[in-house]
Amino acid sequence: MNRKKLQKLTHNLVKNCKHFNKHEVSCLVNLFYNLVGDVAERPGTVIGLDRNAFRNILHMTFGMTDDMIMDRVFRGFDKDNDGCVSVSEWINGLSLFLRGTLEEKMKYCFEVFDLNGDGFISKEEMFHMLKNSLLKQPSEEDPDEGIKDLVEITLKKMDCDHDGKLSFADYEQAVREETLLLEAFGPCLPDTESQMEFEAQVFKNPHEFNYDV
Amino acid sequence: MGVALTRSAQWMAAGCGTETLEITPLNEAILNEIIVFVESFIYKHPQEAKFVFVEPLEWKTSLDPSAFESGYVVSETTVRSEEADKNGEPLLFLSVPQIKIRSFGQLSHFLYIARDTKLKEAQACLEANRDPVVKILGSDYSTKKGEDSSALNILDKITKDDDPESEFKMSLATLIQQLDLHLLNHSLKHISLEIHLNPSTVKNDIELLKRFSGKGEHTVLESIEYTSDYEFSNGCRAPPWRQMHGEVCYVTVKPHDADKLCVTCSTEGVFLNGGKAEDKGEINYERKSEIYQDLVTFLKDKSATFSENMAKQENKFNEEKQKEEKEPEEAPPKEGAAAIGKAVAGSGKNTLEKNQYTLGKNQIGKRLEPSLNWKTNVGYKDNRSSLKDTQEDKYGSRFEKPRSPVSYGRGQKSPLKDTQEEKHGSKLEKKRLSVSYGRTPALRKGPDKIEDIVSESSSESEEDEEPPDHRQEANADLPSEYWQIQKLVKYLKGGNQTATVIALCSMKDFNLAQDTCQLAIRDVGGLEVLINLLDTDEVKCKIGSLKILKEISHNPQIRRNIVDLGGLPILVKILDSSNKHLKCLAAETIANVAKFRRARRAVRQHGGITKLVALLDCAQNSTEPPQPSLYETRDVEVARCGALALWSCSKSYANKEAIRLAGGIPLLARLLKTSHQNMLIPVVGTLQECASEASYRAAIKAERIIENLVKNLNSENEQLQEHCAMAIYQCAEDEETRDLVRLHGGLKPLASLLNNTDNKERLAAVTGAIWKCSISRENVTKFREYKAIETLLELLTDQPEEVLVNVVGALGECCQEHENRVIVRKCGGIQPLVNLLVGINQALLVNVTKAVGACAVEPESMMIIDRLDGVRLLWSLLKNPHPDVKASAAWALCPCIENAKDAGEMVRSFVGGLELVVNLLKSDNKEVLASICAAITNIAKDQENLAVITDHGVVPLLSKLANTNNDKLRRHLAEAISHCCMWGRNKVAFGEHKAVAPLVRYLKSNDTNVHRATAQALYQLSEEADNCITMHENGAVKLLLDMVGSPDQDLQEAAAGCISNIRRLALATEKARYT
Repeated sequence: MNRKKLQKLTHNLVKNCKHFNKHEVSCLVNLFYNLVGDVAERPGTVIGLDRNAFRNILHMTFGMTDDMIMDRVFRGFDKDNDGCVSVSEWINGLSLFLRGTLEEKMKYCFEVFDLNGDGFISKEEMFHMLKNSLLKQPSEEDPDEGIKDLVEITLKKMDCDHDGKLSFADYEQAVREETLLLEAFGPCLPDTESQMEFEAQVFKNPHEFNYDV
Repeated sequence: MGVALTRSAQWMAAGCGTETLEITPLNEAILNEIIVFVESFIYKHPQEAKFVFVEPLEWKTSLDPSAFESGYVVSETTVRSEEADKNGEPLLFLSVPQIKIRSFGQLSHFLYIARDTKLKEAQACLEANRDPVVKILGSDYSTKKGEDSSALNILDKITKDDDPESEFKMSLATLIQQLDLHLLNHSLKHISLEIHLNPSTVKNDIELLKRFSGKGEHTVLESIEYTSDYEFSNGCRAPPWRQMHGEVCYVTVKPHDADKLCVTCSTEGVFLNGGKAEDKGEINYERKSEIYQDLVTFLKDKSATFSENMAKQENKFNEEKQKEEKEPEEAPPKEGAAAIGKAVAGSGKNTLEKNQYTLGKNQIGKRLEPSLNWKTNVGYKDNRSSLKDTQEDKYGSRFEKPRSPVSYGRGQKSPLKDTQEEKHGSKLEKKRLSVSYGRTPALRKGPDKIEDIVSESSSESEEDEEPPDHRQEANADLPSEYWQIQKLVKYLKGGNQTATVIALCSMKDFNLAQDTCQLAIRDVGGLEVLINLLDTDEVKCKIGSLKILKEISHNPQIRRNIVDLGGLPILVKILDSSNKHLKCLAAETIANVAKFRRARRAVRQHGGITKLVALLDCAQNSTEPPQPSLYETRDVEVARCGALALWSCSKSYANKEAIRLAGGIPLLARLLKTSHQNMLIPVVGTLQECASEASYRAAIKAERIIENLVKNLNSENEQLQEHCAMAIYQCAEDEETRDLVRLHGGLKPLASLLNNTDNKERLAAVTGAIWKCSISRENVTKFREYKAIETLLELLTDQPEEVLVNVVGALGECCQEHENRVIVRKCGGIQPLVNLLVGINQALLVNVTKAVGACAVEPESMMIIDRLDGVRLLWSLLKNPHPDVKASAAWALCPCIENAKDAGEMVRSFVGGLELVVNLLKSDNKEVLASICAAITNIAKDQENLAVITDHGVVPLLSKLANTNNDKLRRHLAEAISHCCMWGRNKVAFGEHKAVAPLVRYLKSNDTNVHRATAQALYQLSEEADNCITMHENGAVKLLLDMVGSPDQDLQEAAAGCISNIRRLALATEKARYT
């Protein structure tokens, strides 16, 4: 991609981006194209990071491990649902990842946790997300009992209107009371340390950023 | 076939060399348990039964080949099983008499075949295979060398190798582990049934008692002696034919309150025998009393003094016991990081093992090593009844759970640091404690506990006595929260970080301010987990955990538990974190925990003070990130928490010093300039605490802190006002500081704060500040302007002593001025002051006497005091045991005597009063002496009284004091001497008692007051010729000549008079010579 085009792209992205300045955007754009590699731009094909490449980044850079959550994060980035993260999705996603306000993050996390996208986190969804969170104890008759109990505990804590499922309002209220509950059903945001590391490396010299993929 | 087995094999054969198992009921029971286990193995665990041992179990069997039937290839001398391993080797191979077996399946079969000789075979097998687990599972599983092969260890090993068989191996290992515990438990029951003393325990007991015996009230016994000096090689002193009956030795005991007792110590216990016949030296061996479990119990029953004194000595006694106990074996960790959890599990096990050890040896009857465990043994027995039921099923369920490796998200460190074994340990310990408390606490506590408490009581003298550790009784009715919290703790232990965070948030919703919840968290093992979580890399888990710790650490017991569990070093480490929220929470938790000395010391020793001081620095860096990250917080908050923690820590002297060295004072001074109340309170609190040190007071002055303290007196917040006033109170010892308070306008707010009397703490602080400030005259004038004196007088009644001390102190200072004395009199302040003279609070008495004395300067006031019988009250205070009170009372008496109308008569009316005063000259307190001299000066003004005190021997006593370097004493002594010269031949007597020469030396002092008094005394004394000679010899003339040139008229006059007397004598001598 030629220099001029890149500049124009950066310029456009900066306009639409809340949390990054021009330098940062251009660093991230550069990084994006480094990651995508030299794919000739042809009309009709979308340039971007596919699910696997993106998951790799989440895993290596932001230390995420939970497959399901990573899938959901990918969907969170891939706004247009075309199966790959384009450069603008990349910038917007990272803007939230690195600089998002609590409101933005709550919205994003809720979307991640709302597996079927119906606007509620149901008991089943919770169970699904928490099912690997407890050490299995074969001695118990029902190995899922602990998980079920955990779901009940969570519901008791967060379901403010007592309708047996979490609406965004429930979630928001609970998180405002206790920020720790933001990522209640699994880590879907980078932790501070990897975030700092990422920023330090990317915004210093994006060309040297090494993924060890 | 487990750890217990190898251990039991160890003790059963201990010391013998030949590896045989004794036939004892205990061993038999263990063997039977093993047999049942092995026999049922094939049905219960068919899969594992096929597992081929790493090495065969090999021993000599007495079984005949013909006994084997189907499934075996039998020949005359050999038998081989049809069942074979992968390589075709038979799993059972008998070649008479050697037999090799390589699977549990075959073992089961074999035992089935052996029928009646099962027991013998099992015994032979175990004797030949000392560590069967190694043979079965491989040398990794050796239980012999390692002390602890916990379930987790084994699991670790198994998960490491990728052997396809590992699954079987693992379940086998777990099964063996279970059996192991079952056996241990089983043998415990047996052991506890039969308690035996052995010679070494008896010996140690007697040695210990000897140390605490002797003459005197505080010893436990008058004497305790063996009847025989000869000790057999087995440690017994009883003659061999009596040893047959298990008797160990005989002792004669002489308690304080009973006749001599002759006691038999046998392995069965301790009892009274028929006594020793004096003439023949023979002992009547017959038993005359019940059998007691040990000597101490016996004596407690026989002698009341013993049990009383023993209770006093108990700690010491136990400590010594402890020490000895630790010598023979590896000491259990004293205060390991997880004292309760880990160490206790360890020691619990140790004691268990040791008990068996002792018992086994006893039965063999070999030379014994010292072991003092019978005490714990007894403890077990006591507990057994209550333990038995619960314990067994606890073990049953707990140990069945094999640990499977868990993969945590994001490389989180496992919060499940404690193993199941520990759980077992702490459970056991907990119950032991709960049962044993209430009986003889010191005796029965776990070894670590005693150690801890003893070391504490010696070092902790402050406000923080160790509260008794109330654990929930196992059977007590537990609140529902208990079970809910227990469940949450389970999830904390067994959850990944997501589950952990949920559990933490949910736990936070309990009422953590409530005792029940606080203790429930601890009692279900939650504290350990919470502290372990702090050691992980998970920020969210740490935050959640700290939020809970911060709340529950308000409980004094929890504080101690946190320290015992090694929580402080971790908390201190978190202060280094880059996450401010974490820092804050850690600092706040430290602020709560560091409420007792041991904790404060721990904070310092782990470098916490420096780090906390560093937190104070945060507020200044205004380079806050534009958008603070999610779990972050503000710098000011960090500094506030830092100050809060420092406030708690600053109650220890060494910490004050550490704060100063870490550069804390300038930072505190800077923070003091902010206007956040939340911040100011801990900052001022710290300063106020530290201001007890002179170095701080100097720094406070230098850093211009007073200005801000004064400013904050005007704050709205009562607590802040209180701490500011307190800080001023501490600092205003210094004159410059007092002036600073005035210059910054601090006196007015202080005076106006007097009007609010509801908050007593604040009132005490404010009156204290007023007291210290009123030491400066200018300040007193200001206070009078602000009508503070009237307000102070109103506070003389119905106030707590802390307030009264300060109020009276302030009045004492104010009454140094005439105007104020008038105010006090006019406002009717004398009556309440005199009323306070009957108190007992020493500080109050010192201040009251001073105030009354100050008032007495005014003749009108003096009349009131006299009418109220104040002088008599003051005089009685001369008998107060405390020298400060005595001195202060004597000082107060001076103006009283001086200004009373009929002073001589009044003084005489106090029966024995003059004698009392004269005798106080024997005191060794300089201040008392000076004050009494001053009083004598005034008393001696009345001739009659002077005669009385002369009769009481005032002259020699005063003379004896003459050799002193204390200028204050010199002055008043010289005055007293000069006044006492007015009677009879006292002038001569002073000379005879060699008071003159020292007096001359007083003239070399730098104090004009001393000079004046001395010159006056010398003038009086110089009327006696001999004294003149002494003065002349000591060079008084030259010194006096200098004094004549003094600007002080009295001094001039006295010096000149003295010189003239000396000169006159010289002239008279000359005249006499020439005529």
